[in-house]
Amino acid sequence: MTATAPTRTKTMTMVAAINDALALALERDPAVHIFGEDVGVMGGVFRATDGLQARFGAERVFDTPLAEAGIIGMGIGMGLAGLKPVAEIQFAGFLYPALDQVLSHLGRYRHRTRSRYHVPMVVRAPYGGGVHTPEQHADSPEAILAHTPGVKVVIPSTPRDAKGLLLAAIEDPDPVFFFEAIKLYRSVKEEVPEEYYTTPLGKARVVTGGDDVTVIAYGGMVEVAARAAEAARAHGIGVEVLDLRTLVPLDTGTILESVAKTGRVVVVTEAPRTGGFHSEISATIAEEAIEHLQAPIVRVTGFDAPYPPFTSIEDVYRPNPVRVAKAIRQVMAY
Amino acid sequence: MSKPKTKTQPKPTPQAAGAAAYEGAQGEMFQLVTPEGTAPQPELLPDVPTRLKLYRLMRRARHFDERAWVLYRTGRMGVFPPYGGMEASQVGTAAALTHDDWLFPTYRDTGAALTYGLPIPQTIAYWRTSPHGWAMPQDLKVLPFYIPIATQYPQAVGAALAEKRKGTRNVAMAYIGDGGSSEGDFHEALNFAGALGAPCVFVLQNNGWAISVPTRTQTRATNLSLRAEGYGIPGVRVDGNDVLATYHVALEAVNRARNGEGPTLIETVTYRVKPHTVADDPSRYRTDADTAGWDAKDPVQRLRTHLLAEGHLTEEQDATVTREIEAEFEAALQVADAFPEPTPAEIVDHVFAEPTPQLVRQRAQIMAEEGA
Repeated sequence: MTATAPTRTKTMTMVAAINDALALALERDPAVHIFGEDVGVMGGVFRATDGLQARFGAERVFDTPLAEAGIIGMGIGMGLAGLKPVAEIQFAGFLYPALDQVLSHLGRYRHRTRSRYHVPMVVRAPYGGGVHTPEQHADSPEAILAHTPGVKVVIPSTPRDAKGLLLAAIEDPDPVFFFEAIKLYRSVKEEVPEEYYTTPLGKARVVTGGDDVTVIAYGGMVEVAARAAEAARAHGIGVEVLDLRTLVPLDTGTILESVAKTGRVVVVTEAPRTGGFHSEISATIAEEAIEHLQAPIVRVTGFDAPYPPFTSIEDVYRPNPVRVAKAIRQVMAY
Repeated sequence: MSKPKTKTQPKPTPQAAGAAAYEGAQGEMFQLVTPEGTAPQPELLPDVPTRLKLYRLMRRARHFDERAWVLYRTGRMGVFPPYGGMEASQVGTAAALTHDDWLFPTYRDTGAALTYGLPIPQTIAYWRTSPHGWAMPQDLKVLPFYIPIATQYPQAVGAALAEKRKGTRNVAMAYIGDGGSSEGDFHEALNFAGALGAPCVFVLQNNGWAISVPTRTQTRATNLSLRAEGYGIPGVRVDGNDVLATYHVALEAVNRARNGEGPTLIETVTYRVKPHTVADDPSRYRTDADTAGWDAKDPVQRLRTHLLAEGHLTEEQDATVTREIEAEFEAALQVADAFPEPTPAEIVDHVFAEPTPQLVRQRAQIMAEEGA
């Protein structure tokens, strides 16, 4: 945080913290414009933009036609022309029609114009499972974006981080994808500073300290990892839980430091298994810290299948504390 | 229309996509100068200096196109998508802009970019795949030539909307081909622009071909300007080989956008006389006879004939134009030749404002392996 003096705080859910960040950004910078499907009059399907249009007007906060490529493409043009576009894609799983805009342009504008142009755009998108949404509403496409040169990927896990990271993302001169775990929108509350502050991109957070195992997670999986760590602690296993906060830039320093201490690693995501960002983390550790490893790295992930909308068995797909705890036992027993 | 094709037919029948389709569309198209050089509505013509300026810009664009071929064949230019024969479509529309406006060109719109003001050395460098060509000038609002099809359309809407939000009277002009108008982004952009009132001018260059696919295979529609109607915005169909006509309709559309009256779709009916790129072999999908029909409609010749007949240009003055354009290009080529080659580390530069730790390491790796 940039602020040093103690400040007034307020108990906020994550969605309230996001709403608060957006309001502060609109207030602070007239270039900030928020748009997407249902973000205006309705305030968003999750109410993340609730009240913003009434307060800042329909020019700054506006509903768009229903077309994701149009939303991202238009945002790119707004960014090129000097505005600060903050687009909402209603669900991360609806991002796919816009991937041409993202992969062909958003990520490479600075590069393909040798910095003559850049796109200071933020794309917010709810992602992930755990709340029994319909088909395609629970996808975790972060690896696609992290694999796209020129875009940053931020995934907060707490209200305080969500506010600080979102304000940092909006300040950032480059495109940032900001994935918000649907499961966390209203299930977590904490004291959040009321003032404007930023949480720097590229700095992981140590959620709990421990000497035996490092569990690496982000977004919706942080709380799952933390619960597994708590259970392990009852059995005398010290688990250090890392919340990456941002996948791009990735804080490899904090990861390697922790691995050097524990020598055992579990990586948790709810994305499909093959080619996921968890594999990138695992490979980085294997390349940089193999001499510290005392056991093979274990990944706890979703499966190589579309996220199931079947309420009664959804939780089999999405990693839970039991699966993470099992992985912790596995690396301890090696 | 041509007869229906059968699967066993060895070659497509090209005629319907070419001159015949153009003739069929004549009555619906806005035209100021006939292929013979006559102007039935002289009161609509721009003033003589403007006519001479447009002529010179077309000659300049054509010279670039012709020299690019030679440079490619001698290994001094990369793969280049020629536009020769489409100068009226590109020059007339781009000439309606000022440098406060935005230009979103596709890969085939070098003629539009040159008209807008992209310097020739930079343009040569771009098609040489040099970073010096990628760095668009600070004083122009021209975007790099778009390779993906139709993606520039929504972006132009965004730039146009941004100008509107900032309270300027600036507009954005974006280009596309008939093939590109099949893409979803094209339709999303027209809809967005209409719904949000973006000051945008969409130029749809119907040049008959999307590589090897003729327009009649591309779409069942025969008048692409009518697509505007579906989005509640004006659509206009213009003879894309008549630069005075394209300039006229583009200026009207630009002025409408400036005055807050929203977007316009302009279909310029023209023909891609040249191959898709300098590396393409069009004999696989069309005949020379089909293309030859378009020589009689050549946009540069048409205006030249008109200017000579009206007494606004002499053969002597025309020869001077030729000499000046040639000299300008050769001087520009020398400037382009002097641009230094990129260093290997430039591969990882300009990804973010501040490189990530990962990029810093990768840059160091390149420096170590390839030298500075």
